[in-house]
Amino acid sequence: MATLVSHPDEVRVISKRFGQGATDIDRYLQLDGYKAVQKALAMKPDDLINEVKNSGLRGRGGAGFSTGMKWSFVPKQSAKPKYVLCNGDESEPGTCKDRLIFEHDPHSIIEGVMIASLAVGAHTGYIYIRGEYRYLSVIMQKAIKDAYAKGFLGKNIFGSGCDLDVYWHGGAGAYEVGEESALMESLEGKRGIPRIRPPFPAVVGLWGGPTVINNAETLAAVPHIILGGADWYAKLGTPKNGGTRLFCLAGHLNKPGVYELPMGYNLKKMIYEVGGGIPGGRDLKAVVPGGSSTPVLLPSEIDVAMDFDSVGKTGSMLGSGGVVVLDDTTCIVKFALRTMKFYRHESCGWCIPCREGTDWLEKTLTRFHAGGGLKKDIDNIYYLAENMLGKTFCPLGDAAAMPTMAFVKKFRQEFEAHLDGRPCPFEKAGAAVMV
Amino acid sequence: MKFSDEFETRFAEMLGHYPTKRSALVPTLLYAQDEAGALTDEVIAELAGRLDLTELEVRNVISYYSMLTTKRRGKYNVQVCTNIACMLRGGEELLDHCKRRLGVGHKGTTQDGLFSLEEVECIGACSWAPAAQVNYDFHENLTAAKMDDVLDEYKKKSTQ
Repeated sequence: MATLVSHPDEVRVISKRFGQGATDIDRYLQLDGYKAVQKALAMKPDDLINEVKNSGLRGRGGAGFSTGMKWSFVPKQSAKPKYVLCNGDESEPGTCKDRLIFEHDPHSIIEGVMIASLAVGAHTGYIYIRGEYRYLSVIMQKAIKDAYAKGFLGKNIFGSGCDLDVYWHGGAGAYEVGEESALMESLEGKRGIPRIRPPFPAVVGLWGGPTVINNAETLAAVPHIILGGADWYAKLGTPKNGGTRLFCLAGHLNKPGVYELPMGYNLKKMIYEVGGGIPGGRDLKAVVPGGSSTPVLLPSEIDVAMDFDSVGKTGSMLGSGGVVVLDDTTCIVKFALRTMKFYRHESCGWCIPCREGTDWLEKTLTRFHAGGGLKKDIDNIYYLAENMLGKTFCPLGDAAAMPTMAFVKKFRQEFEAHLDGRPCPFEKAGAAVMV
Repeated sequence: MKFSDEFETRFAEMLGHYPTKRSALVPTLLYAQDEAGALTDEVIAELAGRLDLTELEVRNVISYYSMLTTKRRGKYNVQVCTNIACMLRGGEELLDHCKRRLGVGHKGTTQDGLFSLEEVECIGACSWAPAAQVNYDFHENLTAAKMDDVLDEYKKKSTQ
């Protein structure tokens, strides 16, 4: 459904089966499918964990935590069943990558869940897909059914004596559920409200059992690592940032699309070469490097390697791979407002700093953008955001606060240009304020 | 309360997937809503009974998820994304266009019950913006003219 694009700089690992008909299990098998899990069955769990650790694979959902490390936190012995949960609740604005994996290569995700299960000693895996992605749920349900029919799932998989079940699960519209603890609540049939940590899901997760939760793209990378080896995968990227990732190029670009590039690919090149530059030859104003919750970068900051550590050094985050490009016709106040409107809508309301903070910030930014701003509002916006940071059960409060603080810090002049009852300088005369 | 055979097969299978019945609730609500048009009192009572929950517990879950509704929407629910990536490429103008064309606002339904309109948050189509979903179908790289064609298609489909 979504259009595929390509660029010569791409290194296709996760996307190598895109457009190849790999939703069909026989086609997937022709394309090296289910080889990795068979190799994994012959390996010791600790060797699997070490292989993934050494590959430098880090969580593609946004936090960038070492996947192998996460797996190693699961206790070896557990009175309660252990679980692997694939997070396919992709909802971070700017991000549309997992969608393509589910659409073109669903078996790679199943295989990733299987290998993760073998590594941590789980016998049940769940693949959670957001409710809006119904067509992908149809694809996934069929893929799982086909895998059972071949004997790859269920009792005694591949004649190994090991039992392993993988099930599909669906959401019904909630960004918050993409947060790991809220995801578990949702899977348990409840409102998606986060849980306090510790205990972490690796120790107390689904129905109280130890649970590994990984992003769909992370799990899709695992079979390639097992087949190609940790060294090969690690060398595709930069030190401590192994492999490739799917970057979703969006916003003011001539060639938006999802491209698979090595970790550490230069952001400037990504915008001007891969993404084809900005339409009409207009100037770049800002870039949101990794989904709406990551602090905005200025044009002077984009000569940066897109890996977790390098982007971290700029004060922003690599996040979920959603690169949103803003040209010089964009009003930053309006952009900040739309971002906050989203977080206000999605805040589950459990933690007061987030529930109240996002609401007051949206109200203040709405008034401010409409020309009713006061000078003290600018500091107040920053202050409100700052006071949400680190004060909530889950990172949604941080996700709303961090970009807001960056907008104020980096574009104060533009906020000031909205002052004194003047309408937004970017709105055409007489145009309605659209929020 | 009568659901389709497909619903019943899926529901029976899902119950076997979890250690607690309740876990099947969220996806089941969405499938039930698709068949009944809305999560009516009758649907809620039925599912609560099947999953050993109180109706209140079911309602608490419904009110959390943005796709779930107790009120009937139009036959075709037009969901226009205006989140950042879509906004930069004309998502708000697209929503305005739909408002004018359908004569309804956010969460409104046309008098003939054919279309309802919703401004939605990110639907995961950022690289193909601006985008909209009509029920579950994605429509991407939209313009006002393309949106008109999309709406015309659904209108035609409804008379077939």
